[in-house]
Amino acid sequence: MAEFSIDRFVDRYAARAAGMTASEVRALFAVASRPEVVSLAGGMPFVQALPDDQVADVARAVLAEHGDVALQYGGGQGSVGLRERLVMLMAEEDIDADPDDVVVTTGAQQALDLLGKLFIDPGDVIAVEAPAYVGALTAFGAYQPRFLPIEIDEDGMLVEQLEQALVRGERPTFVYTVPNFGNPAGVTMSGQRRRQLVALCREASIPIVEDNPYGLLRFEGRAEACLRTLDPENVIYLGTVSKTFSPGVRVGWALGEQSVVQRLVLAKESADLCSSNLTMLMTEHWFSDDARWRGTLAGLVETYRSRRDVMLNALEEHLAGEATWTRPGGGFYVWVTVPDWLDTKALLAAAVERQVAYVPGTAFYPDGRGANQMRLAFCYPTEERIREGVARLGSLIHDETELYRSLGG
Amino acid sequence: MRVAIVAGGRTPERDVSLRGGHRIATALASLGHETWTVDPAERKLVESLRERPPDLCWLALHGKEGEDGTVQRLLDLEAVPYTGTRAFDCELTFDKVLAKDVLRRAGVPTPDWVVIEGSALRDLGAGASLPTAIERIGLPCVVKPSRSGSALGVAVVERAADLASAVMAALSYSDAALVERRVSGTEVAAAAIGAPLESLPLVEVAPKDGVYDYGARYTAGATDYWAPARLEPAVAAEASNAATMASEALAIRSIGRVDLIVDDRGQPWVLEGNVSPGMTDTSLVPMAAAAAGLSMAQLCDRIIQASNSP
Repeated sequence: MAEFSIDRFVDRYAARAAGMTASEVRALFAVASRPEVVSLAGGMPFVQALPDDQVADVARAVLAEHGDVALQYGGGQGSVGLRERLVMLMAEEDIDADPDDVVVTTGAQQALDLLGKLFIDPGDVIAVEAPAYVGALTAFGAYQPRFLPIEIDEDGMLVEQLEQALVRGERPTFVYTVPNFGNPAGVTMSGQRRRQLVALCREASIPIVEDNPYGLLRFEGRAEACLRTLDPENVIYLGTVSKTFSPGVRVGWALGEQSVVQRLVLAKESADLCSSNLTMLMTEHWFSDDARWRGTLAGLVETYRSRRDVMLNALEEHLAGEATWTRPGGGFYVWVTVPDWLDTKALLAAAVERQVAYVPGTAFYPDGRGANQMRLAFCYPTEERIREGVARLGSLIHDETELYRSLGG
Repeated sequence: MRVAIVAGGRTPERDVSLRGGHRIATALASLGHETWTVDPAERKLVESLRERPPDLCWLALHGKEGEDGTVQRLLDLEAVPYTGTRAFDCELTFDKVLAKDVLRRAGVPTPDWVVIEGSALRDLGAGASLPTAIERIGLPCVVKPSRSGSALGVAVVERAADLASAVMAALSYSDAALVERRVSGTEVAAAAIGAPLESLPLVEVAPKDGVYDYGARYTAGATDYWAPARLEPAVAAEASNAATMASEALAIRSIGRVDLIVDDRGQPWVLEGNVSPGMTDTSLVPMAAAAAGLSMAQLCDRIIQASNSP
C-alpha cells in the first residue's frame, strides 16, 4: 500500500504558501478568452491607442544611443534620469517629491510585495478598503497578516470605521488605500475623508500606503489632494506608468521618507537586483517629450471616458431596478451590486455561456464578502462590445431573477 | 503510428487538458509514435486534421465538447479513429441525468436522486416541488449540474433553506440539476483501461478539507491519495465489481474512470463515470496505473492498443 504524493515537496512548503490554491474562477477565464465572449473582466489598458511608430522610435533611440547601458545591470533604486521624470509626473498631481526619495519597482505591484516584506510579520493587522485591490490582498497575504476590512461608500473609505477599530484596540501596521478611482469600486475618496484619514493615522502613528495608479485618468471634476501631499512624512506613495504609458515596461515606483526608501532599495536588490534598464530608459525617453506623452494620455482619457459613458448608459438601459452600480469619475472600473440572493461566482459559468465575463466580487474581500457583487472593466473592450456585453449581462440577470422567483424566492 | 493529441479547448478544464496532453505526448514519443498536439481553441479541428491526417486521435479534452460526444461524432464523420468511448455512450455518460438511470437499470448501486430541470422551474412551476425533493432525498444532499466536470458547480446542502441557491448555482453550469443523497464514507476512483476493459487498483481520495472540489483536485497537497485504497479486500472487491458493472452499463471503452463512495458498512455507491479522465501529474488514472506497476508509457501503450482493436 502506498500513499501517493502528487507533490513530493508538499510537507516542505512554508505556511504562507497555503493560500495559493487552484481556483475555478481562473479556470472559467480560460473559456472567457473565446473571441466571441465579451470580457468585462480584465483591467488591461488599451495599449492599441499608443502610437506604435513613436514607441518604436523610442526603443530604437534607446538602443542606438545607450545600448551599453540599456543591456547592462543597473542600480537598485533606478536611474536618476527616470526618477526625475517620475517626480515630474507626480507634480501633475501636485505632489512635491525629490528623486532621491523615489525607488523604481517592477510595476507598483512589486512595491506592494516589498512593503509586505518590510512591514508585515505573521499576524500583523493591515487595514484595507472593502472591497480592495485583489493584487494587494495577495501580495500582502503572502506575509500572513490579518486583514482589517474597512467598508467604503461613494466618498471612499469610511474612516469612522477605522477609528472605531482603533478604539477597539486594533493597531494596524499600515493602512492601504487606492483613493482615486479605486480598483475594483471605481470610487474616489472625498477631500474630507482624506483629511480625516491622514489626521487619524498621524495621531495613531499608523503609516498610510497610498496606491495611485489611476489618478491621471480623470474624466471630469477637480482632483482632491493626494494623501502624500496632506502628510508627506506618514504616507508612502505608489505610482506606475502602466496606465499612462504601458504596463509592458513594468515601471512603477514608491515614494517615501529616506529611511523607508533605503530599506526598499535593499529589499528590491535582494528581490531582483534592479529593474530593466532597457524599459526604464524607454520610459524616461517617452516622458521626455512633453507633447507626445501628454497627447497620448489625453487620447487615452478621452477613450476611457467615452467607454465609461457607454457602460453607464448600457447599465441604465439593461439593469435599472435590478442592480446598483458606482459612477466612476475616472479609472477603469464600475462596481455592480446585484440582489443578495445572486451569487456572482456561481453565475459566472452561465455568464460565460452567454458570452460575457466579469470578475466575481468575493475576490476583492479578504473575508468572503462580495458574493452579490461584480467588477466590470470598461478600459479594454470597444464601445460596441461594452454595449453588447452589458446587454447580455442584463438578460442573464433578468432570467436569473425569474428563476429565483420560480424557486419560491 | 501518427497520433494527434487533441487537447486544450475552451472549457474551464482547458489547462488540465493541456497538461495531461503534454504528458501523453511525452509518453507516446518514448514509445516511438509520431505525435503532435491539436488544440481546437487555437484552430478549427477539422482544418488541423485534414492538413495533417493522423492514424489516431487521442482525445485528451475535458468538459462539454470533449466528453459529451460532440468531438467523437465529428471524428466518426471524418472517419478518424479515436481513443475512448463511442459518441453515443459519451453523451450518455457525460449527462448525469441519463447516466444515473442507466446505472440503476443495470442494477448498479447509486445514491437516490431527483432531477430539477431549469425549464421545468421556468415553465412548469417546479419550484413548488423543492420541499418534496428534500423529503425524498433527505439532508445533507449533494446538488450537481447534470453536465459538467471537475466538480464545477457542485454543492453540499446541509439545510433546506440552502437548496434553492445550490440549484441556481448548478443551473449556471447546465440545464438540469441533480439532487443526490449524500453518502459519507471513503471516496475511491476505479480506473479501467484496455480492451476488454481491465480494472486498475482502486485509488482512495482523501481531501484534507473533506470535500473533493475543484481546489482539492488541482492544488498539489490539498488531497491525500492512497493506491491501492485502504479497504478490506472483500470490500475493495465489491467496489471494483460495482465499478465494472458501471463501466459495462455505460459502455466505456479503452479508458475510463468510475467514481464511488464506500459507505461505513462497506457498501459501494457509484457516483458517476468519466469517459475522459484526467491524465495530469495530479490525476487518478496515472496513479492507479502506477499502483499496478505500469509506467505512463505502458499505460498509454495499452490505451493505444485498445483503441486499435475493433
